[in-house]
Amino acid sequence: MREQGERHTPRLSEGTNRDFGGEHGDAVSTGSTETRASGRPLLTVDHVRIGYVVDGRLNVAVGDVSFEIWPGEKIMLLGPSGCGKSTLLKAVAGFIEPVGGHISIEGHDLIQPGPDRAVVFQEFDQLFPWRTVADNVAYPLRVTGKEKNEAEATARRFIEMMGLSHAAERYPHQLSGGMKQRVAIARALALEPLMLLMDEPFGSLDAQTRTRLQKELNDIADRTSVTILFVTHSIQEALLLGHRVVVLGQPPSEVEEIVDVRNVKDPDTEEFIEVRRRLRELLAGEGEDVDHAIFE
Amino acid sequence: MQSSSEVDTSSAAPETSGARKAASGSRWSSLPTVVRRSILLVAIVLLWQLYVTLSGVSPLLFSSPLDIAEAFWEGWTSGDLVGATLVTLRILGLGMLIGMLVAAVLTTLATWTRIGEDVLVLLTSMLNPLPAIAILPLAILWFGLSPSALVFVIANAVTWPIAINVSTGFRTVNPTILMVGRNLGLRGFKLVKDVLMPAALPHTISGLKTGWAFGWRTIIAAELVFGVAGGGGGLGFFINDARYFLRIPEVFAGLVTIALIGIALDAVFTWIERRTVIKWGMKSGT
Ligand SMILES: Nc1ncnc2c1ncn2[C@@H]1O[C@H](COP(=O)(O)OP(=O)(O)OP(=O)(O)O)[C@@H](O)[C@H]1O
Ligand SMILES: [Mg+2]
Repeated sequence: MREQGERHTPRLSEGTNRDFGGEHGDAVSTGSTETRASGRPLLTVDHVRIGYVVDGRLNVAVGDVSFEIWPGEKIMLLGPSGCGKSTLLKAVAGFIEPVGGHISIEGHDLIQPGPDRAVVFQEFDQLFPWRTVADNVAYPLRVTGKEKNEAEATARRFIEMMGLSHAAERYPHQLSGGMKQRVAIARALALEPLMLLMDEPFGSLDAQTRTRLQKELNDIADRTSVTILFVTHSIQEALLLGHRVVVLGQPPSEVEEIVDVRNVKDPDTEEFIEVRRRLRELLAGEGEDVDHAIFE
Repeated sequence: MQSSSEVDTSSAAPETSGARKAASGSRWSSLPTVVRRSILLVAIVLLWQLYVTLSGVSPLLFSSPLDIAEAFWEGWTSGDLVGATLVTLRILGLGMLIGMLVAAVLTTLATWTRIGEDVLVLLTSMLNPLPAIAILPLAILWFGLSPSALVFVIANAVTWPIAINVSTGFRTVNPTILMVGRNLGLRGFKLVKDVLMPAALPHTISGLKTGWAFGWRTIIAAELVFGVAGGGGGLGFFINDARYFLRIPEVFAGLVTIALIGIALDAVFTWIERRTVIKWGMKSGT
């Protein structure tokens, strides 16, 4: 694997302040003052191989994948359907153990699931059916040690951010697919985790809502030092949100290329068009129907 | 009931199946369920009363609804029927309690260990198809003609449907929900209490429902056998006793009591389901 584009220094998290609502974001939002040499990666994925046992046979989904995520970075996982993006995310979350290689977080190898890595799953049925929307967001906060009132207030704030205040007292089965996904996003954001692991969180939303939430996510990332691992099908979304894009190939997947898109945010520049063309090529080389899969 | 081609189907709108049938042209379907059932009940009781009055059937074979109502009223006011019902319910409750405890232990073992699961599956597949009443002779052999024998039979009748349902519920919990729980750092008992148990609730309730139904049928059957043997004091005994002394309306009154309690038990479970799993969309309502 190789990296394309200028190597820019990533933002490093300053201390442990992860208050989303706070005013502390500015000090770490420019990304030009720290260097990689001054710290170590938050997450290291090192020659990881993951498979599922089907009928007694190991079915390898992720062949050999390596990349690093630095504190405060937004890494996009891009690749064709079925290439193992969700599998990789679940391994980082601690649900699946790789059959080869290592995943380490802040140097620790044996990773267990925990609220420091809040997951937004791809599946719609990830809400507790027996809890209302408000409760689905507040309960995890209670479990991780917040006071009742504080948990409820925080939950309200994030539910409002997702535009779901009107549905706060409903049960999940009374919501549409996109609404459920937004509740799951609210739940993950409200936890104010060290890392957000998001599996195509905006996949089922309409264009306007998606654009608004993409901007909201960018704002949160700018205000805080949250590190994001984000799975997407969409080149547009990868470019808009990401610092670097990890492009995976067909299963058993390997990293095709890691593209730095930190400074490629203006769609009108030559550079943007060039990087987008490159990403399209990478995906198309993988036999994906370019027109269909890439444009949203 | 008269049928008419220009039925106002809009009045049947709240009930879809009713609306569909109403479209075929019957005014009957447009009535609320309660009214339809009440009308039918009254009609059956009237026909029954008419038959007994007009046919002159021997009162030693068949009672009229009026006689039964009188016997029922007397049984409840004199306390005979109340006493019998309480005896039966107490034994049933004890049997249920023991059955539920055994089921809980078996389910826990089956959920945590492989061998526990194998044992549960094996025992259930052997004992569940066995009509619970078939155990009674053995129970009498072991416990004598005592309430303990009944409790044993009931416990055996309810353990298996509860255990198999609850353990199915635990094993089929949606893996995503489980991952969400673990993602929040939940482990051990807290994961079980806050995620697994509510997620398995639909199965648990239907297991309990089946258990109660089995238990209820079994205890009446067992008491009838006991009644023949001259012991007991529950509803089955009450019926047998009434038959022996040819108080036929009392036999019917006992049967009516059994049916009513069965209906009440069912209503309790329906009520619980409405407030939990149906409200949460985990089981579709009827
Ligand atoms: N629980 C499972 N058991 C067996 N095989 C699985 C399981 N989950 C996923 N797979 C297989 O692993 C491969 C990768 O699946 P994964 O869900 O990670 O893909 P993905 O990249 O997230 O795809 P998509 O973009 O469609 O969500 C697929 O071939 C899939 O069939
Ligand atoms: Mg996926």
